[in-house]
Amino acid sequence: MSVIGQSIKRVEDPRLITGEAKYTDDLTLPGLTYAAFLRSPFAHANIKGINTDKAKALPGVVGVFTGKDFMDLNAMPCAWQASGAQNNINTPRAIEPDRVTHTGMPVAVVVAEDRYIAEDALALIEVDWEPLPVVTDSKKAIEAGAPQLHANAPNNIVLDWHCGDADGTAAALNASDVVVKQHIVNQRLIPTPMETRGCMAQYNPAADEYTIWLTAQAPHVGRLLMTAFVFGIPETKMRLISPQIGGGFGAKIYLYPEYVAVTALAKKVGRPVKWQETRRENYVATTHGRDHQTDIEVGATKDGKITALNVTTYANFGGMISTIAPGIPTTLYGRLLSGPYKLPHIHARVVGVYTNTAMVDAYRGAGRPEATYVLERAMDLVANELGLDPADVRRKNFVPSNEFPYTPADNLLAGLSYDSGNYEWTLDKALEMLDYQGFRAEQAEARKNGKYLGVGFSSYIELCGVAPSAWIGLPNQGWGAGLWESANVRMHLTGKVVVTTGSQSHGQGHETTMAQIVADQLGISIGDVIVQHSDTLGTPFGYGSYGSRSAAVGGTAVFRAAERIKEKAKRLAAHMMEANVDDLIYEDGKVMVKGTPASSKTIQEIALQAAVGYSLPSGMEPFLDETSYFDPPNCTYPFGTHICVVEVDAKTGHTKILRYIAADDVGNVINPMIVDGQLHGGIAQGIAQALYEGAVYDDNGTLTSGSLMDYAVPTAGMLPSFETGRTVTPSPVNPLGVKGAGEAGTIASTPAVANAVMDALKPFGVKHIDMPLTPEKVWKAMQSGNGGKG
Amino acid sequence: MKVSMKVNGQSREADVEPRWLLVHVLRDKLGLTGTNIGCDTSQCGACTVLMNGEAVKSCNVLAVQANGAEITTIEGVRTNGAYHPVQQAFWDQHGLQCGFCTPGMIMTTIDMLKHHEKLSDDAIRHGLEGNLCRCTGYENIVKAVRDAADKV
Amino acid sequence: MYPAPFEYYAPTSVSEALSLLASNADAKLLAGGHSLLPAMKLRLATPAALIDIGKIAELNGITDAGDKIVIGALTTHHQVETSLLMKSASPLLSKVAAHIGDTQVRNRGTIGGSLAHADPAADYPAAILALGAVIEVQGANGKRTINADDLFTGIFATSVGANEIVTAVHVPKTNAKGNGVAYAKFPHPASRYAIAGVAVWVNIQDDIVQDIRIGVTGASDHAQRATKAEAALKGKPMNDSNIEAAAKLASDGLATMGDMFASGDYRAHLVNTLALDALNEAHHAAHGW
Repeated sequence: MSVIGQSIKRVEDPRLITGEAKYTDDLTLPGLTYAAFLRSPFAHANIKGINTDKAKALPGVVGVFTGKDFMDLNAMPCAWQASGAQNNINTPRAIEPDRVTHTGMPVAVVVAEDRYIAEDALALIEVDWEPLPVVTDSKKAIEAGAPQLHANAPNNIVLDWHCGDADGTAAALNASDVVVKQHIVNQRLIPTPMETRGCMAQYNPAADEYTIWLTAQAPHVGRLLMTAFVFGIPETKMRLISPQIGGGFGAKIYLYPEYVAVTALAKKVGRPVKWQETRRENYVATTHGRDHQTDIEVGATKDGKITALNVTTYANFGGMISTIAPGIPTTLYGRLLSGPYKLPHIHARVVGVYTNTAMVDAYRGAGRPEATYVLERAMDLVANELGLDPADVRRKNFVPSNEFPYTPADNLLAGLSYDSGNYEWTLDKALEMLDYQGFRAEQAEARKNGKYLGVGFSSYIELCGVAPSAWIGLPNQGWGAGLWESANVRMHLTGKVVVTTGSQSHGQGHETTMAQIVADQLGISIGDVIVQHSDTLGTPFGYGSYGSRSAAVGGTAVFRAAERIKEKAKRLAAHMMEANVDDLIYEDGKVMVKGTPASSKTIQEIALQAAVGYSLPSGMEPFLDETSYFDPPNCTYPFGTHICVVEVDAKTGHTKILRYIAADDVGNVINPMIVDGQLHGGIAQGIAQALYEGAVYDDNGTLTSGSLMDYAVPTAGMLPSFETGRTVTPSPVNPLGVKGAGEAGTIASTPAVANAVMDALKPFGVKHIDMPLTPEKVWKAMQSGNGGKG
Repeated sequence: MKVSMKVNGQSREADVEPRWLLVHVLRDKLGLTGTNIGCDTSQCGACTVLMNGEAVKSCNVLAVQANGAEITTIEGVRTNGAYHPVQQAFWDQHGLQCGFCTPGMIMTTIDMLKHHEKLSDDAIRHGLEGNLCRCTGYENIVKAVRDAADKV
Repeated sequence: MYPAPFEYYAPTSVSEALSLLASNADAKLLAGGHSLLPAMKLRLATPAALIDIGKIAELNGITDAGDKIVIGALTTHHQVETSLLMKSASPLLSKVAAHIGDTQVRNRGTIGGSLAHADPAADYPAAILALGAVIEVQGANGKRTINADDLFTGIFATSVGANEIVTAVHVPKTNAKGNGVAYAKFPHPASRYAIAGVAVWVNIQDDIVQDIRIGVTGASDHAQRATKAEAALKGKPMNDSNIEAAAKLASDGLATMGDMFASGDYRAHLVNTLALDALNEAHHAAHGW
């Protein structure tokens, strides 16, 4: 029986459930020192001077450094500029020498014998600040007279970009039976992986080489950026290792200033240096997500067929540009605004803005949650305007299942098409799981008793398995590199297989799923396969893990490499059995003559033969060792429908989720248990955006939601149990037929919950409330509506 | 100041400053890095250990307060090399992804199950309010606790 | 994350602790540490000395003292939550303790520490007021008692003297026929503290309210009695319409606070809503329903 599709227990887990796994802060080296960063308390200020004398004099302090000590290094690179627009880029330096543009930017760093002393020394550093005026809101930042953050960005505009067809969309709107307009905010979020960022660096003077352990979702990319762009040294001079990583969600993709500073410090102080940020630092200085202010105009016929969608979004980038920030609200958001619908006309304009807030970059879903939220609110607003059922309106507008591959209108996807889909199938599945008619009857009855139930739909597609290099790269979408993935598969003479991959697992279970792929391909036991990753020494260059790409792209590279092993094995077996290779098949871990199972060689026998090299066919090199670099021909497009049922307490405005139903299609599934786990986690984060989370800055640019005391990351008691259903529409894009599942949960869930709350509030005549839908907001809306009599 | 504790059944001593948190002494001085630190407001629970048999947040206990105490960390819950039923249940039910919150979850669960063998899902969720997870959405963690409850 | 340095003392008796308090000007007492240490970790509090009273055994324990129960100051929330004596004889504190923080916090936090710290959003203060508990303190001049109504004076402020230690809390038994207690809380989703919390103790005979005490926490700078609501029910039948009318008065006279999560107006509304729930629950409990 194939192991593909089986819920194999994870091979990663023994080291995790015992505490043996080593995360970055668990590591130590002889002579280790600890770094602490002094961070700006001001959101916008000039540094007139810094006096570090008192800090340097504290016993136990090894050194104190400021921005001027790092001027031999370049600023962080921006690796993805939005194509088709001017990008006014400003990126941070390792330590800011002159001016800060958001609270929490590092302005000095202490290296000390222990963490406590390092913290003590921070208080002794004296900074002469010249505060400057602050702006934190994107729309205020572009107004005349707003504080200017960067000389190269007049009116604080980073970019002004658009996709789709402006004129055709405007004309179609004008001709529509109805046009619904709505202002929609997608609030800023703080990713909050349970492990904060950390970095430990060691410099070897004899070899002039650095070894760096750091919390990075893409160590090869990190090395490339650090060596080629920041330090100006060959790649061979740095080895980057991601130890066990405690969650990333996008926030650990980037090359951060602190990593560069710690690395440089290892050389400056001549001892290893380790830094692990506190949660407070994580909140002010690790990238945030989302932060869009959007105006939509959606046109429809009176029977609910969408005629056009025009979207204008102001996207907050923060005080500086993070590594891939410009691509997120453009390629990964604007281009996804057709969703699962056959929209005939569509246009999106995105204005990226600098403000005095933390940098914004990809956070789980990266652009697609923002697009789905806009679209799914639009569908409900249209349904409400026309008095139609929201499920019917969605169904009416779906891309039909016989129209795949589907190319969204107006060249929205810049040359790509959705791979495969059957949107009605997942909608029907979700409706069946709910018993939709039964619910509407229950809802009507409940309203008579002053009880407010609501149901919310979210039908989504997402674009993941990123991406064809030619499409996402400089020639087309502006990403300054490729986006293929790599794998090397090697079977040793004992029959054991080592897989090395450019993917990076930070909780997704790649060591298990990739082993499943190899075990299935080669017909061997999973226990004979080990997957190694996350060390630039010993793994092929890979672009890392984000954008739900590690199964679709990384897994395919593994598959292809294993396929090549099989091909070579067949050729060697032909030689061993003196048979014609065309008469041989590979099955169940053996190469055999078709129809003559008795005449066969096991893969282990073949591997031994290949490794010792006593008798190989002419031209064949020893060893079973194959590498594949897979550049996908398309992205992949998971889809589904989520349904959320809520009860809103009229007395307090508190929302309780009664049911959460997810019907998803992520293509073929390698490990159902792992896929479900990814969906659960994603759904939890999306629910949290709808009801609980929201980063808040005050007018001084202070992050008032600066800790878990104010930023409500949900506990177990704040979430429901999830009901997951599945359909399988294989992807034609890769031989595994997989689409990717890491972000779909987050992409789908936020609008399902928001729509459910709005549905519950229908009797109060409330059209839209921005998230998070806190009890007070909801309660206030219920007071101002028509008293629940709809 | 000298503190002595029994940690995972062994007598351990350390010379500490009064301000050092128990979690730092366990991790940095005694090399028991299984216990993790996930916040600085004593909320996330990644640092949970058993102190005199009760789940406590070791980031919110001074090492000097633990003088003379019995501490059990994640490294100490196996018995004769076999997994504790709670550890096994987390593995069986896929109750972890990145693993960072897992040692704390396991220690709190061990404490919870000592007081109640049979817990409703609501009671499990309530009992885990001091342990944050960002990966699993808690779905499989609740399954793991239920599974373990049947086995302790 | 890393507290500033301090001197540390671990006295083994109350008198030793008192003399240390007297001789260290900038000292704080450390019990469970779940109010003080979080502040010290963020360097919001930087006392020069900590006097750890956690090992003073005589301060821990729950004792049946006839018509009341005496709870030692170092008794943990978990001990209060699970005490069979409390649950049967004076259940309000056990109910409230279950709401405090989380499992791990309840294993370390103490009733004495919580009351002395007087966080305006802590849970116990509402219950202490509702029970009319008596707080026992000890100072250089010996022991004295403070009535609950006189304990909380302002934000993080009590009438416990600078050189006094809370040693015990005396709570009345509430298990006589006709007595009902309840606690209703609306927690902050992030901190789990009370946005508002209302505790009720009612004594009903023949369905007429003989005595009623309502304590409110979370909504203003210190916990207070809802005196107008109490007056609206005392001596009256405890029926639905009287309960409803009284609940509407629960926030009267409260100077409610607003913050990022909830405005003062909404807090006031929550107080009234929670009061309704708590009054109904206490009513049912009084009848044994």
